[in-house]
This record gives sequence, structure tokens and C-alpha cells, in this order.
Amino acid sequence: MTATITTTLTVNGRQICKAAPAHLSLLRWLRDVAGVTDPKYGCGEGICGSCTVLLDGEPVSSCLVLAAQADGAAITTASGLLEPDGSLGRLQRAFHVTHAAQCGYCTPGMLMAAAAALAGSQRLSRQEIRARLHGNLCRCTGYGPIVDAIELAQDEAADDRGK
Amino acid sequence: MTVGNDQAPSGIRTSKPDELHVVRQPLPRHDQAEKIAGSTRYAGDFAFASMLHARLVRSPMPSARITARDASAALAVPGVVAVLFGEDVPHNLIWVDVPGQTVEVAALKASMEVLTTDRVRFHGEPVALVVAETEDALAQACEQVVVDYEELPAVFEPDQALAAGAPRVHETGNLLSEWVIDRGDVDAAFASADVVVEGSYQTQPVDHAYLEPEAGVGWLDDEGVLNLRVATQVVEHYRDVARILGIPEARVRVIAPYLGGGFGGKEDMTVEPYLGLAAWRTKRPVRMQWTRQESLLARPKRHRMQLRYRTAATRNGQVIGQDIDITADSGAYAYLSALVLLYSSVHACGPYRVGNVRLRARCAYTNNPPTSAFRGFGGMQVVFGYEAQMDLLAGALGLSRAEIRKRNAIVRGDRLPVGQVIETEVLLAQAIDAALERAGDKPLPSGEGKVVGRGVACNLQSYGRCVWLNDSAAAWVGFQLDGSLSVRCAVPDVGGGQASSLAQIAAEVLRVPMDLITVHFGDSALNPLAGTTTATRQLLMSGNAVYEASSALRANVLRAVARTTGVPADGLALDEGLITGPGVAMALTEAIVLCRRLNVPIEALGTFFGPKGTPVVKNLQADRVFPDFTFGAHVCDLEVDLDTGGVELLAYVAAHDVGRAINPRSVHGQIAGAVAQGLGMALLEEVVVEEGVNLTAGFFQYLIPTATDIPDIDALILESGEGMGPFGARGIGEPPIGPPPAAVASAIEDALGVRPTRLPITPERVLHCIAAAGGGPLQEQR
Repeated sequence: MTATITTTLTVNGRQICKAAPAHLSLLRWLRDVAGVTDPKYGCGEGICGSCTVLLDGEPVSSCLVLAAQADGAAITTASGLLEPDGSLGRLQRAFHVTHAAQCGYCTPGMLMAAAAALAGSQRLSRQEIRARLHGNLCRCTGYGPIVDAIELAQDEAADDRGK
Repeated sequence: MTVGNDQAPSGIRTSKPDELHVVRQPLPRHDQAEKIAGSTRYAGDFAFASMLHARLVRSPMPSARITARDASAALAVPGVVAVLFGEDVPHNLIWVDVPGQTVEVAALKASMEVLTTDRVRFHGEPVALVVAETEDALAQACEQVVVDYEELPAVFEPDQALAAGAPRVHETGNLLSEWVIDRGDVDAAFASADVVVEGSYQTQPVDHAYLEPEAGVGWLDDEGVLNLRVATQVVEHYRDVARILGIPEARVRVIAPYLGGGFGGKEDMTVEPYLGLAAWRTKRPVRMQWTRQESLLARPKRHRMQLRYRTAATRNGQVIGQDIDITADSGAYAYLSALVLLYSSVHACGPYRVGNVRLRARCAYTNNPPTSAFRGFGGMQVVFGYEAQMDLLAGALGLSRAEIRKRNAIVRGDRLPVGQVIETEVLLAQAIDAALERAGDKPLPSGEGKVVGRGVACNLQSYGRCVWLNDSAAAWVGFQLDGSLSVRCAVPDVGGGQASSLAQIAAEVLRVPMDLITVHFGDSALNPLAGTTTATRQLLMSGNAVYEASSALRANVLRAVARTTGVPADGLALDEGLITGPGVAMALTEAIVLCRRLNVPIEALGTFFGPKGTPVVKNLQADRVFPDFTFGAHVCDLEVDLDTGGVELLAYVAAHDVGRAINPRSVHGQIAGAVAQGLGMALLEEVVVEEGVNLTAGFFQYLIPTATDIPDIDALILESGEGMGPFGARGIGEPPIGPPPAAVASAIEDALGVRPTRLPITPERVLHCIAAAGGGPLQEQR
């Protein structure tokens, strides 16, 4: 028998408490136990970034974290970036404007890496944005439109602060 | 408007750009918002409350006889439902067409087993299928399946596989396919040439590495139909699954949700037969998800090719002859290798006029992982060869790289070596000029020990399937009573905007706002079949089908209005939601009601048939092989670090004549993405196989480009309006992946004076070039 453990996580503001095998990664817990499917499985070894979520605000590869380790934490996924009315949030709108999603499979993880990159107050150059995306692979876009989106969201945030 | 009439002709439909309202607009794709919201449900995101899980047990060795199999320990694991071997598969064979070959060269058809029974031919070959209640039980049980192997002799090099006495991978011998072109008098051309250049080039096996590994769910529905909701580029595989299970084709349905990338890797079946088998046997919903490691280990790769070129030219740079030899590695099974090699042969001289050509292309079975379809499909490896030859000629004759290409560029009316005449306008010279102009001045080195180079590479790539394959696509377009529009077409959307482009085409013809159009795609049972999302064919095929259906529907509505108002249909115009004409102004919704009253259908089915032609035989000679081609020119600037051999890409421009850009954003996306994938092949990627063992079965080992490896890619769209797709569009999915490896090699040669001839161009190989440029020995590049 596999040992089970009860884990409580606040996922995009909603508290979820589930008992599951103790060895489950955060990714499998979210997808298979909690039914939160926006973090994607891409490699299972922390290379591709498709499963990136924010764990208490920090980006992590959820395939490399045990769900039980994260007990009590706040998890943000792509759907957590939506506005309260369900429309796209600012960063997501920027992705939409620049055509930053093609197949879209890397997008939920890419968004979380982008959100983490923009969390600081320092303005990032195009090259710095690229460096922040180093752990998130995309096979469709050539990355340009994703960098465009992050620049756009950054500019909009700066405009807001200027107001 | 010129579009939309009762008998829309097949073939070219040109359009004047200023007459278009929706087409050519860079509209956001309709599928994007859900993807960005995280709510799109990919194949692996779909689940049933109490579903089973399935996994394959794969061969750990590349060549062996299976001497014993035992499932008893696996079956004893709590939660295990079934362990299946080849004998449990009703019809344990997948047949593969090997086009154009005679019985002297393999059989007309090749086959492989769904689950191999007595012999394994590559590392990772499926041997058993395990089904269990939980993923944990599944993992445990897979470890318990006992398979005994007796190692057999193996062969890993195509040249060796074709030599006498080599271990036979298949009973029929190791030569899977051979193509020959013999056009004009090659020997006379070489004898009269002012200059002859010669080169040998090697391309490597690479993996599609889409971010979504193969996945799907299978279940029986209330009608007893086997449903497979899977990541696939080909919903028509329902026929293959039916054949394997021995049930009528009408009892199997394949649903393709939005794919997390395909690139050819989801063209052959992946999870389909296994899911079908597991769901059919257990009568319960089953999910199968391949791990990344499995995907990299055992799914077919791009063909490794050895290209040998000799090129003859006159003093003024006119290419008069080419002698080409191609050897490709098929790996352990046929898959689509013979067809891939046909593409290589037809595209082997590039977008250039060459009157005298001798070509021999051979594809060999080995005990390496199988190879099959990959974006560019054999038409892209040869770019690395023919573009190197053009640079060699430029150097030998003192011409610029642009000039040598422009002097030989194909124009309308020229004939490819295979015999096909190019019937459409070709903007190749314009693409070269446009790309160079956009690139501007060559950048300066960033410091000491750095050199900068600029490379040029052009290509042509077919769009649409071979003309003897009886290709067709159907689409259904229907008005709803509120004036919104439904488009039904079983096209799989692999992420390139396939469904969204269809909406844009229907919107143009029927003037329905994009947000009132719903596209139902990728379902083999409920939507008209549209064929595969491969071969850069969907815009040509489904695009034309939607164009035809929409045109017919438009004609219906206008006819009904004409009948009622007395104004002839050709005097009526359909604008957004309104039909107008002399004394007529009727809301579309009113006209729809009118249609129903007059028994005029408010829906239409359009079927588009691709151009037809005769099948080729081994000696290639044909009036037509493909519907048409897309042409392009790329310019690459890079910097080489003379100490480390490191290459930094500085700028990249890719110009293609896309005929007509249905959605310029999607076109940009296709070009930039294909270039990035091509740059990965140029500099980073290689499936490393040692003695048949795949050493790159993980993203730790198999490196694809990251955001820091790829520069901003400048995609230039040229529009001749002369493609065979709707509104004169050409296909653009595959074409831009061809030039990057050649453009990078060209730039390195420009920087160093020595050209890398083997892919990928690693720092180590660049250091060899640097050493050779400094007067060191020019060894065969390894």
C-alpha cells in the first residue's frame, strides 16, 4: 500500500484539501487529484517549464516539488491571473495582443515565469526578459512574441505607476 | 467582391488585395484567449472519474529475439487489469505504403507489429501493454512484466546496412527504397563546365520535441463506438484502429483537441492503437500519456542523411549540371521513409534551374530508432547540401551569394529536374533582395577575438500532398437562425491557427463577424473529413473546401433574396449582416428565414479535390508530383568566438512568398517558429544513438533552443497572389524550416572562410573550422 497524506493548498484563492499518495508531485496533485489542469506536464524533470506555478509567489517547476512539501502554501496558476470577472488579466491580455500563444501548451507555464519576472520593480531589458524565460521552452513561436508581450505588460504597468 | 459564385473553379483563385475585408487582417486567433486563460483542454487534460491507465513495456535493446514473455507477476500486482502481448491484438499489423518501389527493392508494402511478438529491431520498441486502475499500480506492474531477449547481430550505419553480408533488419533486406533521376546529359554538362564544385554534407537525426508529449483517452460511448480523444495530426487513423481491432470503421471515432504541437511527430499513430486496444478489451475509459523520456526514446525522428553533391557551372555562374547521391537512415521500420526520400529527391536541386541532373537516393533499414515525418519532410535536409554548393560556386566564380542565386533562380515556366513545370509566379529574386535590404549592413564584431559572418540560404518546399494520393478535404458551413455561422471541418489544429484561418476565410466570403463564427474541428465522426494536418496541405485543402462551401452558401442566400425581390443575384451584395441591391436592403437574419420558407438550404458542403497526377515509379519522371511550391530566402548574421567556437546569432531575416497571407500574424508565427526549430537543428539538437541505444531520451540531454538562444526573427511576407489556396494563398507551415541550417553554415563560412559540413554545428565543430582556416589540416568533419 502506498502511504497517503492529506495536503491543503490554496490554489488561485480557493482552498483545496485532499488526501493522496504521499509521493505525488505538486503537478500530479494539482492535475490528477485537484483537477487543476492548466499547469502542463512536459518533461517531468524540471527542464521545460510547462508546469511552472507560483508557490507563495515564487516560480517553481511543480513536477519537482512534492505536494506534501507545499502543504499550506498558496499556489497561483495561469487561471489565477484572470480578472475577477473571468476576463484576461493584464499580462494575459499582452500575450493575446502580441500573438504569444500558438499551440499554447507552454503558455500557462510561460505566463507564470513572466509574472515572476515582472514582480520586481526593476525595468527589464529585452535581453533580461529572455534570460528570465530561460527555464521555459517553447517550440512554436521562436520566443519573440512572448518577449514582446512581457515588454508590453511591463510598459503598461510603468504607465500606471506614472499616473 | 470577386469571390463567391455558384461554380467556384478549382485551381488558382487570385484576388485583389484591396477587395478583401477580413483576409489579410492580422486578427487575434479565436483559440488564443482560452489557451492564455489556461482553460484549453489538451489530450492529456481530459479525464473520466474512474478511468484506467495504460503504459507500454518497451524493448531495452536494439536487436534481439524474444525467447519468453511472462505476465503472471505483473498480473498479481493489485490494481492491474490486463497485460497484453502481440497475440492479444486481433490484427497485430500496421501496414505502410512504400510508394514507387518494385519487388526488387523491398515489398510494395511494409508492415510493423502493434506489439512485437518475436523480434525487436530498435531500443524502445513496444512489447507489451499494461492496463491498471492507478498510475502507481501501472508503474509497478510494468516492472514485473518478464521478457527474455537473445541478442541478435545489429547494424547502425546506413552505408554498412546496404553492404553485402550486413545483418538483415528485415527479411526483405535492408534497402527500403531507392529513387533515381536521370535528366539531360550530366556527363556532357560536367565535361563542358568552366567550374565544378563538390561537397559532402551530413545531417543528424532530430526530434520534434513539441511541448505536449503524446497522450489521449479512449472510451466506448452509448452507441458502442470506440472514441479516442488523442493528440494527433490525423483523425483518419480511426481506420487503422478499426483494422487492428477487426471492427467496422464506422465504429471508431477519433477526436483531435487542440494539439500542443505536432511538426510531423503526431502524423503516424502514437497512442491510438494502444488506447483503442485497452478500451476495447476492458470496456472502460482508459488514459495513456507517454512520458517525455518515452517520447524522445522511441517515437520516429527526422532522417539522418548523407548528401554528396557535384555541381557544374559556366563561367557566368549558370548551373548546368548536378550529380547527387543521398543515403538516409530509415531506422528499424519503414513508416513514411520512402515518401520522405521522394521529397528529398524532388527538392534536391533547390529553387534553381538545373538542366542536367543525375540523382540516386537510397534509404536503409538499421537498428536505430525509426525515422518518419518531420516538418520539411526530406525537402529540408537537402537545403543544407544544395545551398552549400551555391556558396561554393559563388566563391569559385567571385560572385556574391545573392547574385549566384538570382542568376539561377527558378521562374514561372521552368521545369524541376523531376519534370514538373512551375506554373505560378515565383518571387525568389525579390525575396533575396527584400531579405538583404531588411538585414541592412553587416554588424561589426563586438570585440577582440570575435568575427562576424552573414549567411544566405534559399529554398523551395512543396505544399499539398503528392498528386496521385487522391487528396480531398470537405467542410460544411451553415447559418444559424440568428445569423451566426457554424463551420464544421475535421481538420486537426496543431497550433498553427488551422481552425482560425478557416473562420477567417468563411468570414471573408460570407461577411459574418469573426466573433459570430464557431469552428468545429478535429472530429472524424461528426465533421466532414478534411485529411491530415501534414504536408503543408490544410490551407490549400480545407481552406479551399471552406471557400467552396461558403461560396455555395452565399449563392443560396442571394438566390433566395433574388427570387423574392426580383433583383438578380449578381446585382446583390452581401455585407456585414445586410443584403443590399437596387431597392433592396434586407437583414441577413431575414434572408435566412426567407431561405427556409423557399426551401433553400442554409448550409452547404464543400469538397475540394487536390490536383491529380500519375503515380511515380523508382525512376522519377513526372509532369507533376506536387500541387505547387513555396519559395523563400533567409539571411542570418552571427558572431563566432575564435577562442571557444561559440556562435551567437545576431539577427535573422526570413522572406517567403506566401501567395496571400490569410492571417499575417499566423504567417509570422509559422515563419518565426519554423526558423527557431531550424536554428535548433543548425546549432544544438541531435538525437545521439550509440550502438542503437538512444542516449538523449530526456530534455537534460536533448537540447532545444531557449529564449536566450534565438534572436528576434524578422519575418517578411511577400504576396504574389498566385498560390493554389483560397485567395491565392500558398502553404507556409513547413517551408521556413529548410534554410536555417544552411544559412548558419553560410554565415560561419563567411566569418571563417571554412564551411561546417556536418550538423549540428557545435562549438567543437566550429573550432575545427577555425583550425582549418588557420592553415591546420582540413580533416573530414566529425
